Amino acid sequence: MNKRLEVKKTYKMYIGGAFPRSESERYYSLKDKNGNQIANICRASRKDFRNSVVAARKAQSGWASRTAYNRSQILYRIAEMMEGRASQLAEELVLEGLSSKKAVEEVNEAIDRVVYFAGWCDKFQQIFSTVNPVAGSYFNFSVPKPTGVVSVIMPEKSSLLGLLQLILPAIAGGNSVIVLLPQNNPLAGLTFAEILHTSDMPGGVINILSGFREELLEQFASHMDVNAVIYGGSDTESLKLIQEQASKNVKHVVVETSNNFFDESFKNPYCILDLQEIKTTWHPVGI
Amino acid sequence: MKKEISNIPDFTKTVPIDQVNVEERVAKLNTRSIKKESKMFALKLAMQMIDLTTLEGSDSPGRVKQLCHKAMRPYSSDADIPKVAAVCVYPTYVRIARETLKGSGINVASVATSFPSGWAPLKTKLEEVRYCVEEGADEIDMVISRGEFLKGNFSYIFDEVAAVKEACGPAHLKVILETGELQTLDNVRKASDIAMYAGADFIKTSTGKISPAATQPVTLVMLEAIRDFYYKTGVKIGMKPAGGIRDSKTALRYLVMVRETLGNDWMNPDMFRFGASSLANDLLMQIIKQQTGVYQSADYFSKD
Amino acid sequence: MNVTDQQKRYTLDFGTGWAYDPAPESTDHISLKKKYGHFINGKFVEPAEGNYFETINPATEEKLADIAVGSKADVDAAVKAARKAYDKVWSKMPASERGRYIYRIARMIQERAREFAVIESMDGGKPIRESRDVDVPLAAAHFFYYAGWADKLNYAFPGRTPAPLGVAGQIIPWNFPLLMAAWKIAPALATGNTVVLKPAETTPLTCLKLAEIMQEAGLPDGVVNFVTGAGDTGAAIVNHQDINKIAFTGSTAVGKLIQRSIAGSGKKLTLELGGKAANIIFEDAPLDQAVEGIVNGIFFNQGHVCCAGSRLFVQEGVADAVHQKLTDRLETLIVGDPLDKNTDIGAINSKEQLDRINSYIEIGLNEGAAITQSSCSIPSKGYFCRPTLLQNVSQASRVVQEEIFGPVLTIQTFRTPDEVLEKANNTPYGLSGGVWTDKGSKIFRMTSGIDAGVLWANTFNKFDPTSPFGGYKESGMGREGGLHGLLPYLKI
Repeated sequence: MNKRLEVKKTYKMYIGGAFPRSESERYYSLKDKNGNQIANICRASRKDFRNSVVAARKAQSGWASRTAYNRSQILYRIAEMMEGRASQLAEELVLEGLSSKKAVEEVNEAIDRVVYFAGWCDKFQQIFSTVNPVAGSYFNFSVPKPTGVVSVIMPEKSSLLGLLQLILPAIAGGNSVIVLLPQNNPLAGLTFAEILHTSDMPGGVINILSGFREELLEQFASHMDVNAVIYGGSDTESLKLIQEQASKNVKHVVVETSNNFFDESFKNPYCILDLQEIKTTWHPVGI
Repeated sequence: MKKEISNIPDFTKTVPIDQVNVEERVAKLNTRSIKKESKMFALKLAMQMIDLTTLEGSDSPGRVKQLCHKAMRPYSSDADIPKVAAVCVYPTYVRIARETLKGSGINVASVATSFPSGWAPLKTKLEEVRYCVEEGADEIDMVISRGEFLKGNFSYIFDEVAAVKEACGPAHLKVILETGELQTLDNVRKASDIAMYAGADFIKTSTGKISPAATQPVTLVMLEAIRDFYYKTGVKIGMKPAGGIRDSKTALRYLVMVRETLGNDWMNPDMFRFGASSLANDLLMQIIKQQTGVYQSADYFSKD
Repeated sequence: MNVTDQQKRYTLDFGTGWAYDPAPESTDHISLKKKYGHFINGKFVEPAEGNYFETINPATEEKLADIAVGSKADVDAAVKAARKAYDKVWSKMPASERGRYIYRIARMIQERAREFAVIESMDGGKPIRESRDVDVPLAAAHFFYYAGWADKLNYAFPGRTPAPLGVAGQIIPWNFPLLMAAWKIAPALATGNTVVLKPAETTPLTCLKLAEIMQEAGLPDGVVNFVTGAGDTGAAIVNHQDINKIAFTGSTAVGKLIQRSIAGSGKKLTLELGGKAANIIFEDAPLDQAVEGIVNGIFFNQGHVCCAGSRLFVQEGVADAVHQKLTDRLETLIVGDPLDKNTDIGAINSKEQLDRINSYIEIGLNEGAAITQSSCSIPSKGYFCRPTLLQNVSQASRVVQEEIFGPVLTIQTFRTPDEVLEKANNTPYGLSGGVWTDKGSKIFRMTSGIDAGVLWANTFNKFDPTSPFGGYKESGMGREGGLHGLLPYLKI
């Protein structure tokens, strides 16, 4: 029997719940270590990023105003859908250079991490809220509210677990995100977009771009309708540039220098708090 | 002559009042520092605004006469001390007060309408009012039927006040809300509105028989009701806090509230009264202190 | 609302009759030195370059004292002292002992409260009623609140072990000099950090008086250092290599500069910046109290308040009534001598700020705004501004968009909750907001819809040490006050 000619997958980006190629129609080739072509990857333009911000802004308030229970269920649904496509994700991690064993470990940990943060969706508020005993006849309380639209620059390593560790705290907390995937390891992230699409996650809450970091870094940090930027990496020049650009609209900058996202210390609600605004409300108590 | 008031509001609706904010406003007004000439002016003004009152079961003709003399000449050693605005007595003492005060320019006020509880048939109340006016009362202090008010029977209160007003004829009508029984400031506001739209010339906090009597927050809410009524109709209604105002410091605080809520047009005995008895002596002591620079003792001032 | 279309209004007379005689707070118990150096390592020291500038009383334009200009060398000396105190003393001290020092400071401020209030009013122009009843008691309360946290930090962040950052560089504004110093110093010390703080150049005196308290309290040398000066001194703090944390309260423009200058430095940052808060009055609001809330929202501290309710939104049905009440209320505001106990609105903090406010009023008029000002007289000497209302303004007006930082209120009307929510959030700022309605569910819909850090429902401009304060968007990052106010000074 002749060997069947396989259908090769076209990897596309995920913006506003749709799977477009770059509006610029630019691409780059992803090759394995032997130089064989794996796939053509969209090379996101600044305009793609801009469109993503529009989509993220549009989606954010709706996402934040869903019940925490609903957000939690949607995150859990993502884990369910990942489980079904675990082998594909693992294969892609292998294509990105991981051993099969490591790839499976990473996929499993990634799914577990989704479940972990799914559980925080309706709990972190209780950890971080306070009722403040002000000296007067007032009821006064403080609650965390999402910062808004968050741009995320991924580190080169840990393309799946790292992705989830960087975006889940933002998403669990009601923010929307635009992620720039690792330039050389975008496959699992792009497949994750397809998983999102089948998991009840509203379009625009998570937007996933592939492309060149040095081309987009400044945009990610400077866009005036982005409220926070997460930088995964430890390049001091890049960080300086990001922090400088972030000052244009007083963006929060969250830095994650670690490469080992398996570390247990990542499992905590404080990373959710990094992307929350504490809102305090006063009201008189009287008749 | 009062002009016709149209557009009577729907009293089942409540004008919301926020208690905490009212109390804070009062506290802020209380930080006003009244010194020197402005203090002397205010002390004398407060004296002229007093409805010198005796409303006791033990009242006697002698006591009423004594009160009237005190009203005309609060401090025998100083003729410059102004006289009070009115003497307020029970209906049976109106005639005695009228005669004693003859020619003094001091009004006779009488509580009527089954003061203080108001539990009597309307017919009886109206007869009492007419009796007081016939006996020579210039001013009638009526009580509203709080039982009906708290039941939500607002039209009863409206009709009651309107009927009493009619019975008053030429006499001025002060409507006592008995705010201590109304409990909430929303209710105080509502009762004030009903009374004013029904024809009150003055609104008054309390009978003095229920605690709390006049308080600053209640008075502020009533002053603001008067202001809104004026804004809407152009008619100026008077205000009388009664009960519990015993010292000059408190009286001055009330005057500050009036000054800063309603302005100068209300800073006279035609528009503002204190229902009080012991206040007069404290004002006297303060006035003498201001004049002499020496702190005074109550022993040097006649009690009645 | 069109002012010319209004029906005949019945007016109240606040101009004649009984007026309050002057009631000046006495100043004979105040002792100020002619000249103040920096407070470094527990001592007042001469500035390295020997330069001084004047701090004046904005109500009289008279000089109060000469104040040292902080150079890089001065800042460096202060940072060295703070570092040494951090390494050798403060980080090693048992937390409970740290707390006891802070308690002492709180108590000493209470003991000297009137002195602080008078100096605050002299140096900054704010009415004595506010410095006496708000600034100074709140400053003491802030120290008192954070003192108690010092040995309880492990309970503040479950599952974490908090640790101090090191040396905190703090730069504060001129609108609440002592209170802002308290907001900065108290949590920094409670969490185990040491401090280099620069007060604003127009209002350094209460900080320098606070230095005396630090001495009296026996606070170890170098734990708190004050370097006085203007922008250059601030920049020297921001850019100093050995500072771990920058906390700044001031304008958004300067906040952005600071964020930019510390990029890549690894310094942790807290910013409390500008605001342009919406104060929203629904037709079912308790209107008389709302009017007081509007007045307190915009005229408190001459409007020199970052969270001031400077944009008033009134639902159309009550717009006329609110305007009438507000216009009458303006007439009872007493503008004048900050030291008079009856003054409601004191002096504008500086000539520069007065010019800025006046230029905004001019801009508003050029944009077609209708102006209502109190008819009060204002002193001929000193910097004063009448309370001002601007109507006929739109979202596009500069007076609606930009922070004026003065007693100037813009008034817009609205019809629906959605409309006003959109307008309220249509600003780069997000510090505070106000909502007035008698309907509970509407309050929560509105307060959760406004993107701002502090929401006052049926109240405005309330502050408390237990209550976190800070903004969204360009109003800043981080919170001050409450449990959340510990976080900016800790690694967790």
